[in-house]
Amino acid sequence: MARPRHLSEPRPLQLLLILVALAYMGLMLFLPLGAVLVQALQDGWTAWLDAVREPDALAAIRLTLLVAGISVPLNMIFGVAAAWAISKYDFRGKTLLVTLIELPFSVSPVVSGLVFVLLFGAQGWFGEWLAARNIEIIFAVPGLVLATVFVTFPFVARQLIPLMTLQGREEEEAALSLGASGWQTFWRVTLPNIRFGLLYGVLLCNARAMGEFGAVSVVSGHIRGETNTMPLHVEVLYNEYNFVAAFAVASLLAGLALVTLVLKSFLEWRHGDELAAARH
Amino acid sequence: MNLQPPATSASVTVKSVSKRFSSFPALNDVSLEIAPGEFMALLGPSGSGKTTLLRVIAGLEVPDAGQVLFGKRDVTRVPVAQRGVGFVFQHYALFGHMTVAENIAFGLTVMKRSDRPSRPRIAERVAELLALVQLDGYEKRFPSQLSGGQRQRIALARALARKPSILLLDEPFGALDAKVRRELRTALRKIHEEVGLTSVFVTHDHEEAFGLAERVTVLGSGVIEEVGTPEQLRASTNGFVRRFLE
Repeated sequence: MARPRHLSEPRPLQLLLILVALAYMGLMLFLPLGAVLVQALQDGWTAWLDAVREPDALAAIRLTLLVAGISVPLNMIFGVAAAWAISKYDFRGKTLLVTLIELPFSVSPVVSGLVFVLLFGAQGWFGEWLAARNIEIIFAVPGLVLATVFVTFPFVARQLIPLMTLQGREEEEAALSLGASGWQTFWRVTLPNIRFGLLYGVLLCNARAMGEFGAVSVVSGHIRGETNTMPLHVEVLYNEYNFVAAFAVASLLAGLALVTLVLKSFLEWRHGDELAAARH
Repeated sequence: MNLQPPATSASVTVKSVSKRFSSFPALNDVSLEIAPGEFMALLGPSGSGKTTLLRVIAGLEVPDAGQVLFGKRDVTRVPVAQRGVGFVFQHYALFGHMTVAENIAFGLTVMKRSDRPSRPRIAERVAELLALVQLDGYEKRFPSQLSGGQRQRIALARALARKPSILLLDEPFGALDAKVRRELRTALRKIHEEVGLTSVFVTHDHEEAFGLAERVTVLGSGVIEEVGTPEQLRASTNGFVRRFLE
């Protein structure tokens, strides 16, 4: 349905606005993405393949997958539990809890990382206790997971709270009145109702978990082949003027971003009404 | 039709029930007797506590004080899942991702394996219930493909699947237009008689209450103003009831 002519902006102005928007997107989005690919492939496919198959790079990829593989399921469970509690029950301190869930978004990732160094580092509150028991958290996988969990905590919960609030309690009450247990109600009614919202939240959570730099950088210690995740490995390579290798690993992260974008658009296209709740 | 009446169409006794929500009292020392097999309406303006009373009877709300008895059984602390009531919601609350058949069968499929009917028996029961609500052959449809009136019939069939002795309906016609409302009223009345259960429904429309129920309980701001047959209430001398019926 076109708007009546006299209510629309003049044609040239429309075109100008569209052009400005496209130029801006090209400059800010496509150019950098293209640059990554061009740099990564400037010495050809074999150089790219060598850089990606190099042992330290492989270790970084494995570590990133491991950290995301632990953090994302954890935040999925936390997120569903938090959203469930907030949207289906009334209790004191509910608004405070909602604010706390959003906290990681407003804290600089570096600070998020530092918090864990302060708690679990050698000079930290629990540092001595942990050292006495030979438990490594900072400069090791547990620290990376903790920092990643903290930074990506809000994604699932934020997606689900508005959706579950909108859906209300009626269907759950109906299931209970039909004799279902709480567990049956969750698996057979609640979860199917939020599945696409949950998938969407998990997708964003995963993209951030794999791409996180700041918080992870603080707790990692940058031990090559051991505590370097992919984003950290990119930085190390770049600082060593190893541009082809740096951009080759970076192109993998860019690929992840593209896959995320495609899946995200697909979900928005097919299940937009369900996801819309979160965007009000 | 192969619908045996439930073992007992239980009486419902509400004894001095009070329920407060954070700011206001929803029910204030309410007592009510509903006879086995009776068709009772809870009538009142919004905020009168009628829905809260129904939800207390169902077990969806726990009263702050007082008791709820089904027959001689004290169910005050029994969770809704174990009360054996059928509940119909104003906005149907059908499960959108399940077919009509799966919706109706839900109460049967969540039963303990030892009590659960066999698959063919469940399918048979679903067909019976669909016939009861005059929607034969709708098994494979999804709720989104049905009209409001059809959805509410399915919700009714679903609530009856486990042969409850008490059927509770919260403004069951509230979201429907006048014509569908009339059809559904007739259907409900027929089902109540055929199945022979105790039915309680909430409404703010006195014509609906008088047209459908044997007795009507009139509530006003958390207390029962009067209980009686439609004839008795039309001749009521209670000021609140007279004003509400005008």
